[in-house]
Amino acid sequence: MPSRRRALLILAVLTLSTVAGFSLALMAGSLRVTPGEVLGALLGQGGSGDIALQLRLPRAIAAFACGGLLALAGALMQVLLRNPLADPYVLGISGGAGVGAMLAILFGLPLLAVDALAFAGALGATFLVFGLAHGDGSWTQTRLLLTGVIVAAGCGALIALMLAIAEEGKLHGMLFWLMGDLGQTFTWWPALLALAASLVCALPFAREMNLLARGQMQAQALGVAVDRLRLVIYLLASLATAASVTTAGSIGFIGLIVPHLVRLAIGNDQRLLLPASALAGGSLLVFADTAARTLIAPQQLPVGVLTALIGVPVFLFLLSRQPK
Amino acid sequence: MSAPLLEARRLSVEIGGKTVVDRIDLALAPGERLAILGRNGAGKSTLLATLAGLRPPAAGAILLGGEDGSLLAPRSAALRRAWLGQFQSDPFGSSVLETALTGRHPHLGRWDWESRHDAQIARDALRSVGLAGMEARQVHTLSGGERQRLAIATLLAQEAPLYLLDEPLSHLDLNHQMAVLELFAATARTRQAGVVMVLHDPALAHRFCDRALLVHGDGRSLSGSVDDILTAGTLSELYGHKLRQLEDAGHRCFIPE
Repeated sequence: MPSRRRALLILAVLTLSTVAGFSLALMAGSLRVTPGEVLGALLGQGGSGDIALQLRLPRAIAAFACGGLLALAGALMQVLLRNPLADPYVLGISGGAGVGAMLAILFGLPLLAVDALAFAGALGATFLVFGLAHGDGSWTQTRLLLTGVIVAAGCGALIALMLAIAEEGKLHGMLFWLMGDLGQTFTWWPALLALAASLVCALPFAREMNLLARGQMQAQALGVAVDRLRLVIYLLASLATAASVTTAGSIGFIGLIVPHLVRLAIGNDQRLLLPASALAGGSLLVFADTAARTLIAPQQLPVGVLTALIGVPVFLFLLSRQPK
Repeated sequence: MSAPLLEARRLSVEIGGKTVVDRIDLALAPGERLAILGRNGAGKSTLLATLAGLRPPAAGAILLGGEDGSLLAPRSAALRRAWLGQFQSDPFGSSVLETALTGRHPHLGRWDWESRHDAQIARDALRSVGLAGMEARQVHTLSGGERQRLAIATLLAQEAPLYLLDEPLSHLDLNHQMAVLELFAATARTRQAGVVMVLHDPALAHRFCDRALLVHGDGRSLSGSVDDILTAGTLSELYGHKLRQLEDAGHRCFIPE
């Protein structure tokens, strides 16, 4: 029986894990900072805690926002396509962003332009897929999915082409962008703003999404304006993905695995699943990014690799303890 | 005299450009039960979905409780009619009680959560289809017949005055077929609900409905009281197979020759 009290309790626990993630992110690194110094810096007393606030905090916030955006977008896409295998990138959004970003890096444009072109590419892919799938006004899940997969494949080919002709010196940056990397993050606030906005817009529709996940006709018969709802989900998921990809490149896995992790742990009520996925995805990426920059410091690992390495065993464990 | 629960005026239904139902008029008063019969692919389900307002008619109008169905907001339509589809699928899994509770959706505001009262309605609905004690079971562990009964319980939890049932007996064994038909007969009698059901068994249609609508699938259709219209002659023509009619204790039975 779903109840508001249980939901708030679970969200409180997840908020605690987020706080833990941030604490770790602020303290860990080549220069260790004690909790006292972090607190001191937070209270404006200066000292060595400042490094934590000025360098590590923005990066941790960006990681939290991107993780949250990806997990939220993944949960939304899974409802929209009624397919547990859907992830934020399934409709070609990361492919479009990748093409934009690779172009910018290939021509040696500054970081801001890389972000701008990535965002433009993400939006371009979004509208291309929607336009093609929506052509005759009746877009089915299969058609949307197929169009997305094809557009993603086309983008993949373009990216491979640009990688093949790129100079040696630019390849490293391109590969890190494609694997997902928070070290090159330009600024953190647009992603956080996008996360807050998309959660605020999605939550009022959460119970209707529960019905949509059970089937379009059923949802319509129970009083859901299905076409409007699907448009809302599509736009929200696309914007959330675009904001994340622009900030941190295409970090894989979070968008697919976090909604499933949360679903396995607490059930499939979108009213709880959406905010819980955002919190869980955010804290997972904060942990992963902290590990990515400290494990073999001073060298940095691409965080997308770590999210997969953390996520796979946890997911398999949860799957195996699920009652038959 | 209140407005009919459901009214179709000059209603035409097309499937892929072919007219399957041509300009029929239909009105269903509170407490009335109507059976829709026809061959596979004759357009019974499409007609029912059209009556429910889930797809636009090719021509004509549908009134739910006296108001134009195409102008009603989806939620207020859901308070006037409940629709049982042929297929249920849950790619993500959910418990039996959660599924039954989805029937309460049109009664809840945007930010509401299901209350104890809603849970009680859902539990009562589950009990009435014989699923009491299975509230915590996962839906995908149910048998086909249990899932069908769960779908019916969800429908009952919706508490609409009009039920549109597409093959409500599919997957059900004999005793549950009778139980479900008795259940809707009782709902029609005591709560003055209207029931429209797509059935494949003319004997059950004769026994549990007041009127029948025969859909031939080429635009021809025939409607009237079950006594007049469910005869060996009309049904043999409808199904394209010769039937013989037997009567026993007021119940009709049709045997294929």
